[in-house]
This record gives sequence, structure tokens and C-alpha cells, in this order.
Amino acid sequence: MSLQKHEISYIRDTVKRKLTNTELQIIAAEWSEHCSYKSSKKHLSILPTTGRNVIIEKGYDSGVLDVGDGYVVTVHIESHNHPSAVEPFGGAATGVGGVIRDILSAGTRPIAILDGLRFGNIENDTHARWLFKNAVSGIADYGNCLGIPTIGGEVEFDDCYKNYALVDVAAIGFGKKDRLIKNHATKDDLVVLIGGPTGRDGVGGSQFASDSLENEDRSAVQIPDPFIEKLIIETILEARNEKCINAMKDLGGGGLSCAVSETAESLGIGIELNVDSVHTRESGLSPDEIMTSESQERMLIITDKEKLPKLKQICDKFSVICSIIGHVTEDKMMHVKNGSDTLALLSAEFVARAPLLDRKKIKPKYLKSIKKENKMEKILDYSEIILKLLASPNIASKHWVFRQYDHEVGIRTVIKPGRDASVLRLDNGKFLSAKIDGNPKHCYLDPRHGAIGCFEEACRNVVCTGANPIGMVDHLQFGNPEDPEIFWTFMESLEGLAEYGKFLRVPCVGGKVSFYNETPSGPIKPTPLIGVLGIIDKTPFLPTQPIDGDYLIIIGKTKDELGGSEYFEYTHKFIGGTCPCVDFKDSKINMQAVLSLIKNRLVKSVHDCSKGGFAIAVSELSIFGNIGCNVDIESMPTTENLSSEKILFSESHSRYLLVIDQKNLEYTIQFLSKKKTPFAVLGKFTGDHVNIMHKSKNLIKTTVDIIQKRYFNGLEDLLKHG
Amino acid sequence: MCTNFIGEIITKIVKVGVIVFPGSNCDRDMFHVLTDVFHLNTQYFWHEKGLPDNIDAVVLPGGFSYGDRLRAGVIAANSPVIDDIKKLANKGIPVLGVCNGFQILVESNLLPGVLLKNDTLNFMCQWTNLIVKNNKTPFTNKLLLNQKIPIPIANGEGRYYANSNLLDDLKKNNQIVFTYQNHVNGSAEQIAGVCNEDGNVVGMMPHPERATESLINPSDNKPSSLIFESLIDAIGVKN
Repeated sequence: MSLQKHEISYIRDTVKRKLTNTELQIIAAEWSEHCSYKSSKKHLSILPTTGRNVIIEKGYDSGVLDVGDGYVVTVHIESHNHPSAVEPFGGAATGVGGVIRDILSAGTRPIAILDGLRFGNIENDTHARWLFKNAVSGIADYGNCLGIPTIGGEVEFDDCYKNYALVDVAAIGFGKKDRLIKNHATKDDLVVLIGGPTGRDGVGGSQFASDSLENEDRSAVQIPDPFIEKLIIETILEARNEKCINAMKDLGGGGLSCAVSETAESLGIGIELNVDSVHTRESGLSPDEIMTSESQERMLIITDKEKLPKLKQICDKFSVICSIIGHVTEDKMMHVKNGSDTLALLSAEFVARAPLLDRKKIKPKYLKSIKKENKMEKILDYSEIILKLLASPNIASKHWVFRQYDHEVGIRTVIKPGRDASVLRLDNGKFLSAKIDGNPKHCYLDPRHGAIGCFEEACRNVVCTGANPIGMVDHLQFGNPEDPEIFWTFMESLEGLAEYGKFLRVPCVGGKVSFYNETPSGPIKPTPLIGVLGIIDKTPFLPTQPIDGDYLIIIGKTKDELGGSEYFEYTHKFIGGTCPCVDFKDSKINMQAVLSLIKNRLVKSVHDCSKGGFAIAVSELSIFGNIGCNVDIESMPTTENLSSEKILFSESHSRYLLVIDQKNLEYTIQFLSKKKTPFAVLGKFTGDHVNIMHKSKNLIKTTVDIIQKRYFNGLEDLLKHG
Repeated sequence: MCTNFIGEIITKIVKVGVIVFPGSNCDRDMFHVLTDVFHLNTQYFWHEKGLPDNIDAVVLPGGFSYGDRLRAGVIAANSPVIDDIKKLANKGIPVLGVCNGFQILVESNLLPGVLLKNDTLNFMCQWTNLIVKNNKTPFTNKLLLNQKIPIPIANGEGRYYANSNLLDDLKKNNQIVFTYQNHVNGSAEQIAGVCNEDGNVVGMMPHPERATESLINPSDNKPSSLIFESLIDAIGVKN
């Protein structure tokens, strides 16, 4: 059990009696870092959470955004890191299942999944390759079976995840505003558990996730069953239509213990339940196991006697088991019985509100030494560097991954995965753009500006589709928070996100904090992951391919910011330097300029400039456009005089590449000059060669055919050969 | 007598049934396309319920009926509704099975052959090109022979297999309806869709319902739309 000494004495002082074992188990599950956020909760309030579109209701596990015309979009993000590191298929699959139920519990239909996957270096680590392949299979197996499209995400490899895995899943829901579940309950309402039977899988999972991964406790990993989840989705949505649900909560970390105590606490009620009535997978489960099992595909519903027959009828239709396990009381107590014996009788508020901690923070020592930039080996042939980078696991096409995900089901996917953000059509004629981004290499060098950069990058991707960012979700993943140096990196990231969110007026509508991400060789790099949703009001922007004679324009300044770049880390195996830092004012000006150019259809396509820098971004335009280009970087907007390699590979933020038809060139130049946007016309698309010049020196000379092969085969070749 | 959405006089009110099994997940997409895009009078039928005699066409949508347990489609093939579908099929009513619907039709012996795991051993979601090989079925009568159809596939068990005797029979009876233009998943003769001997029951692995609207079809939505327009023609919606 994971209760700390000070917590045990706090319990003793508050309850003033000897606690039963069941009570201790319940408290231990709920007070785990995973469920209680005891290290982070005090600080999370600095994030902006309100805004024009945000709908806030009691007891929602997902963020709710009003998208007009009586419709809402819901969104949530979770990770399943520890389980995926031990059992990648089941861990990743149940990660999808959990976040889907959070979307469902608001009464909305899940319509999309995005996933962020991080592993060790798959080029030389076969274990990392095994984790990667199986996590992808797990997500595919689960999401495909549910018929929810996985529309995007990202995959990254870094030595800091050796023998570990980060599996983040974001889910998006859609529904009518008047069908949202308005959680409420009154005395004598019935507490019903529906879904899969409770078993011994995942017992103590939340505590397992709240400690460093030292023993591979496979029994703490839940077993996925997407078929039951699919039946639950249809059951719940039909029960919602028939108005059978007063309140609802998903059973996730901490199982029944957390679902019951958190529901009672948020609704200001008491719940009396009998473990005898819980349907189980096997006989002989102890009451404590029933209370803390994290078996998947279960939902807690509060209904009343009049609605119960209809609810049961719907459950019968879908062969979903439904057990009445208790009822609502007025005493605000969580009362757990086994037959007529009382096993636990605790104040729900006491259980649901763990004592919060004041963690110490100290600026890490490593940051003092890491800033220096070593003298790099002189590069003679940039063409060869580009080819290597395009085939490298972090940059190469991820079609091997998203081809395994059904990204078309639901027939909403207008912009498919593989480019910047993905775009879905909504039933009210609007379009939803979504992207998740993380960058541990940047965040390691500068947790504050790295985190802001992830936020801006996700916004940039959404902006590239012509959408206005309306909300964000964050998933903050760090090592052991008891280490003051790690806690400092957490606080820096959080403060950075709050600062940028307030500036841009993009509220944080949901999120999660995951600590104790420790590998056998130490903590992971700080890995905040940011998901951004954007809305396109009328017509979607369908990018068209560049053709011979189209112009290439860059918006945004390139700076001396090679720290944490793929060029430093992959090419030079160097970790250090100055990481890119978002200039808030430029960020907004550039975003607005791109959005108005798209709105007026002056651009053929827009591409974000990020991992790998300008050189990679322009190559990607040629790869997808199947056309060469002649580019001169002499006129590149920069903050100072920069060397060729810095212009090519710096990963400075707020930069966009635009493809412009010749007939719109003059007007676009006038427009950007008037808006005081830093920009330059860099060249033209033509032929089948990619030529990048600087000061009349040819830096890069290659062909579209070669870069396409490298880009599309890089990852697959690596996976095919073992 | 009544009129349809563009004011044409409809001589009879047709009824298309979309069968829903536990785990079907393209039922809503298919329903949307039949009703909102092609304005057909469409109704869902839950697998336990019987089908009315006056139904004009039946569609088995894609998904993971019963979670693909045992083998894709095999449990659904033993549902009560299958007996009714067999009766309707024998009467010559058009029946279309898409993806998991195709797997169910094969498992219930309404169509010949079997569907195996793709030769990539992975689930595959990608756009492919189909070639029309039989334009005499109720789902292909408006298509040209050898016409190309850009269309997405999304399956793990989509590799069509038949032994050489069966393949000979299929060719002899003109039962190969669609083939893939390129090697996609290891299907015998690159077969993507087949029909029964009478031609009224058609099964296909690719998803026509994902390709009829230009907004979500990155290439050309016309040929896929013709699959549904063929049905409209076959069941006599228009004068």
C-alpha cells in the first residue's frame, strides 16, 4: 500500500478510530498521486480555464466546448505509461479505453482519437522497437474495433525513454448541448454499475502508476476488451437519449473506490453500496479487491426507480450486465457493505480530498552546465545530412503507424493524418481541427520555453488548416516529484503554459499530470504534451499541391536556436545549446496573418516549420507536392546574422511556409508588409530537383524522388528488419 | 405517389434495411449516405429482429461484429436475422455486404470463398483503386467495365482466398465484381469483391460509404457514388 507516514497520522487524527483494512485500501487508491494530484493540485489553478466557449458542469471528466448551433465538443487527454512499459499492447489499448469513457461520461459520442507515443532509440534498441510495435497494435486493435477514428498524433524516440514508454491518448467527443449529462442525484436514487465484470486485473493500478517503475507488476495492468466498450458506448448513448441517467462516472484509476467517493463528493451526497452486488469475473474476490480493481469497461450510473426499467431494457438489448450496487443517501458518507457487515464508513469528502503537498523546487544543476554550445564538426555536405534526417525515426513519415489505425470511420475526416493538424467535419457545418505536440528535447534544455513552444506548435498546426484555436488540453509528464529539481521543471512548464494560454486567450479545458515517470537510468526528460482544438466556421481549407511556378514564402523570424534540434541531437549527437523561445507578440501577429491569408484563399497550402527546421519543412513540401524547388535563403528573415547551418536547421517557433500562386504574389506581399509580419519570398517550385542556395553557394542539391524514398521508407525499413 | 428531394416522381416507396449487429461500427455512416446523400428510405434492423417481407434491399455494414471473436463475421453469421436475409436473397432482393458485412456474408455461405488476415499481418487503412469486373449486378449496373474507383479499405482480415476450382467457377460465372488495381493485401487474383451466382448478393472489402462525398474523398467521388446510384436504378426508385 502506498500511504505515506504523514498521511497515516493525518488519517488517524481526523477519523479518530482504527480504520478497517478496506478503508485503508480505499484511501490508498484515492490518495495515490495518480488519482489525487496531491503534488500538483495547488498549482494547477494558475492555468486559464474559462472562456467564451467553455461549459463547466459538476463532475465532468472531460472539457466541454460550445461550438454553436446547439452542439458541443468534448475533449480529454490521459496517459498509460507504466502499464505500456510493462505490457505495451494491453497498456496502450486500455489507455484508449479509459479516455474514451471520460468523453462518454459527459453524454457525448467519441468521434476521434489522437495519440502521442514515445520510446527509446529504436535504431539500436530492439526492446524499444518491441514496445513501439506493440503499443501501436494495441491502440489500433482497440480504436478500430470501437469504430472511433485515430486521426492523428505524434511519435518520438529519445534515449531518455529507454526501457520505458509514454503512451498518451487524447479523445474528442461531439454531441448536442441539451443532451449533456447534468450530473445530479437525490436521496434514494440508485447506484448502478454497468459493463464488464470486475476481476483481479489492475488491482492497485493507480498506486502502481504513482511510483517509480521498479517491478514489472503485470497483474496491475488491465486487460482490454474493446467489444464490451463498444457495447457500453451504444448502451450509454441510448440511455442518454431515453433520459435514464441522472449522473455518470467512468471507472478508471482507483476503480470503484475513486468513482464512488469522487461522485459523492462532487454531487454533495452520500453513497451506500454493497460489494456483494458487484458482478465479478471470478468467485472468491475479496471486498478490498472489488473496491480497488481497475478492470476496464465499467461505468457508474446514478438513476432512479422510475428510470431503472428502461435502463435495464437498454442494457439487455446490448447484453451489457447491469448491477444495482447501492443507493444515494443524504449523509455525505461513503458506506461500503458486504451483506449486512459494514466494511467502510468514511466521509466522501475526506476520501476524495487527499491532503495536498507543498513540494520543494530547486533549479536543476544540469541546466547550469548544459547551455554551452560545443564547437561542432564542420559539415561539408548538407545534402547528405538532409537525406539522413528525412529517414531518421523522428522525422520520417509515420504512415506505418497511422495506416494501422482506421482514420476514416465515422466519415468525418476531411484532412487525414500525416500532415499538420487533422480536420473533422461536424454536424453543424463547422469543422474541427486537432493536433497534439510535445518536444522533450526542447523542454529538457528549458522547461518553460520548451512547454510554451509545444503549445505554440500545436496552435500553429491548427492554424495551418485555417482554424482558430479555441481550447487546449495538457498532459504534464515528469519524473519523481519528490525530487525538488524535477518539481522545478514541472512548475516552470506549468507557469509557461499558463502565461501563453492567458496571452493567447486559449483556455485549458482539461488535462492530467503524470509523475514518477522514471526509467532504470533516471527520470524522463520533462514531457508536457499539448493538445489544441480549433474551429473553422464555414468552408474548410483544402490545400492544393504546388505546381510549376508557384512561390515559396516564409513567415516568421529564424533565430540562433539550435538547442534541442534534430540537427544537434541526431546529426551531432549533442544535447545542449539555446532552445527556441516563443516571442508572444510575433506569435500572435504571424498566426493572424496566416489565418487571414487562408480565409481570403490567397495561399494554396501552409506548412508549419518545426522539427528539423526550415530545411526539413521545405523538403516536406516538395515530398508531398511531388515537385522540386529552387530556394535561396539569403533573404531569410532573421534576428541576427546567421550561418547557413543555423538558417537551415534552427527550430525557431512562429514560422510558416506558404505556397502561393503567382497571381496572388503581389497582393500577399502587400498584405504581409502592411501587417508588419516578418516574411520573405524564398524561391519557386519547379522541376524535380530540390536546390537550396545561400550567398550563391549551393548548400543542398538533391531530387524529389530520392527525398521521397528516404522520407517514406525510413521508419518502415527500420521496423521490417527486426 | 410521392416525390423525392429533387421533385422527381417516385413510383414506389422503397425501403432499404441496414442490419446492425453488436459491434457494427459503420452502420451510422452507411445510414447517413443512404439517407442524406442518396435520399433513400432507410431503416436500421437490430440483428435479433426479423426483417419485413416488403424490404427492397439489405445492407450489412462494416465493423467488428462480436469483436471479431473466433473469426471475423462468424458469430454474426449465426444471428437470427441471417435466415431472413437468406430468404430475401433467394427472392432476388439486392444484398450488399461491406467489409465486416462481406465477412458475414461469406461466413453464412451467401457468398463463396473466405477472408484471411492481410499479408502485411496488420490492419490496413488506406486509399486504393478498384477495377470493375462485373457491371451486371444491382450495385454496379451504372459503372463501366474496367472502370477505376478510388476508395478506402480499412480491415485486418481482408485477403480474399479461394482454391483454384472455386476461382475457375467464379470466373466462369462472372462472380468477380471488383479487383484491386495493384497488389494490396495478397488477395487471390487481387479480388476485392464478389457476388453470388445470381448476382444479387455482393460483398466488398472497401468502403463505398466513405467515398461518395467530395469533402472526405481526396480523389474522385463519382465512381463510388455510382455504386449507390446503381442500387437506386435496380430497385426502381426513379421513373
